[in-house]
Order: sequence, then C-alpha cells, then structure tokens
Amino acid sequence: MKIVTICGAGIGSSGILKVNAERVLQRLGLTASVVAADIASVCTVAADAQVILTSAEFVEAIGPTRADVVVIENYFDTEELSRKIEAAIG
Amino acid sequence: MTLPPLADRAIVVGARAADWRDAVRLAGDALVDSGCTTAEYTEAMIRMVDDHGPYIVIAPGLALAHARPGADVRCEGLSVVTLAEPVAFGHAHNDPVRVVIGLAGVAPDAHLASVAALANAFNDSSAIAAVAAATTRDEVRAILEGRSGA
Repeated sequence: MKIVTICGAGIGSSGILKVNAERVLQRLGLTASVVAADIASVCTVAADAQVILTSAEFVEAIGPTRADVVVIENYFDTEELSRKIEAAIG
Repeated sequence: MTLPPLADRAIVVGARAADWRDAVRLAGDALVDSGCTTAEYTEAMIRMVDDHGPYIVIAPGLALAHARPGADVRCEGLSVVTLAEPVAFGHAHNDPVRVVIGLAGVAPDAHLASVAALANAFNDSSAIAAVAAATTRDEVRAILEGRSGA
C-alpha cells in the first residue's frame, strides 16, 4: 500500500504528516510506504497511491484521482490521523 | 530523535505582528539572523501562503512557515517566534496563530530528522500552548527538546 502526503513545497508540512502517518500505521499494525511530495508532482507520485493525506487547501488542485483524498486538520493529532487512515484503508 | 540546537537568534519570544505576513516575516528574519537563509527565503515562505492558502497552519495555534530548498538556504535551520497577540491566517480550523515555526532545509530529505523531532515535541497536545506562554528562550527550548516535563 502507498500513502502520499501532499503540501505546497513537498517538505515541512508534508514531512510532518509523513512522520506522524508512519507512527500511526505502526501503532495500527499496518504496513504502507508513505511518501511526502509537493502539489506540483501529485499526478506522478500519487498515480499508484491508495490514500492521499493533505490539507483542505490542496483538495481541488489534486484533481481527479483513484486514491482516497483525506483532509487532515491537526497534523499533530495522532487520534485524528488514526481514525481517518483506518477509515480510508478499511 | 533530537531537535537541532536552537540558537538564541533563532528564538523570538512575545513578538508583535500586524498580520500573518508580518508573523511569517519574523520567523524568516530569525532564520536569516541565525545565518541559515537569505531574505529571499523569507519572501518565498510568504509566497507559499499567497499561492496555496493558509495550509501552513497545521495545528490549532501553530504555523509551520517554510519554502522549497534552494540557493536561498545556506544550512538546515529552525526558528521559533511566539506572538504577544495571536494573528489570523485565514485557516478554517486552526486560527488564530500564537506560535510560528520557521523551517529551512537544504534538501528534501535532509530536514526529515528535524521534522520528526518537531513531531515528537508537538504530539504532546499541551506543547503549543506551553510554547505560546513561555517567557524566556530557555523555556521555549526546554519544551521543544522535551525537557520541560510538561
């Protein structure tokens, strides 16, 4: 399984999201590769992804995709992340 | 995972900002003052929000100002600015902002260790309020380095 985290620069916010998503996946006992990318490369990076984690600001720019686009409000709230990742995968 | 050492010049406590641009500029100035970035990087951080919206407000009260790695980044760095008066960035859930982190990375992967350490510090849900309330640089450092016992 592949999860892509998206932000404007592909560093910083998407990096935080990647680190915290990996922690949550480990806690849930799930295996997935998590890749941080910028919005400009979403088409190529997320072509084979099951889940895209991002902020509300980028949903429109992501455009048509087969992945589940999941909006995260608080990047440090691992409960929110667990709940939403589990819902997207399950 | 530990945070890179935060120099005095990288921490500004109780600053005043007229608006979000001002707040991001303060975080950029602190990166410039610590020798990590040039003024162009500060403008690039502001442009990220102009282009993409207030997505850098990644948790209630906290903005993570950053831009792409490039020639305007001399070394990997972090800055922390706390605001005397909170500032609105226009975020639907996480406004107003009391703490602005400035982040500069020389390469996309090189900054991941600092980001992981930041995540460690802020996964404690009381950390943002504690940083916002800190009155000295040492207090800010202690909270971010996980030494505060908070």
